[in-house]
Amino acid sequence: MRINICSVPVDDQAKALRFYTETLGFQKKHDIPLGEHRWLTVVSPEDPSGTELVLEPDEHPAVKPFKSALVEDGIPFTSFAVQDVGAEHERLDALGVRFTQRPTDLGAVITAVFDDTCGNLIQIAQEIHES
Amino acid sequence: MNDLYRAIADPTRRVILDELVERDGQSLFELCGRLAMKHGIGSSRQAISQHLEVLESAGLVIVRREGRYKFHWFNGEPLRAIAERWPTKDPGETSR
Repeated sequence: MRINICSVPVDDQAKALRFYTETLGFQKKHDIPLGEHRWLTVVSPEDPSGTELVLEPDEHPAVKPFKSALVEDGIPFTSFAVQDVGAEHERLDALGVRFTQRPTDLGAVITAVFDDTCGNLIQIAQEIHES
Repeated sequence: MNDLYRAIADPTRRVILDELVERDGQSLFELCGRLAMKHGIGSSRQAISQHLEVLESAGLVIVRREGRYKFHWFNGEPLRAIAERWPTKDPGETSR
């Protein structure tokens, strides 16, 4: 058994695809019409055959209140690994991305949290390896 | 006034204030991360939330909503009452 996909619930798949590719820099992997929505996934250009992120419609009535409650408390829906949180913060901030938590040094890890414009907060994290 | 003394009597609440002084305007998530990772305080998010309510009712923390987000800010103003009640002299003006 292996983990090949994970998902984020988005309020608009077209908007999500733009944000996750044009702003974050992921690549579209699958885009298959499926009823009124699409099976839409992106991958990291650093690992194109790796885990796919499904941009999944957040239609179920329970999802929106759940997402709102997480956002209110600043809790990210998921987390991505980056080489340099400071550099990513600077790059994304220049693109107009709203951060709810600026880069924060927590010892073993540096993290930051931003809004994906589709109803979720996302964490980026950089592991600190002691040399 | 009693709310104020009760609020700062608890060590976890004092650490919350320390962290807000270091960076003002934090989400609950950021505060919990700092308490856990920097101070080894493993209290639940619910417990930290309750600590924040005590600090808020003492006027030491102000909660502001910005759109869909909620941030916590430090307010040192109530502490002034302590210094006024028990004034301290400057080093130069000791009475002996």
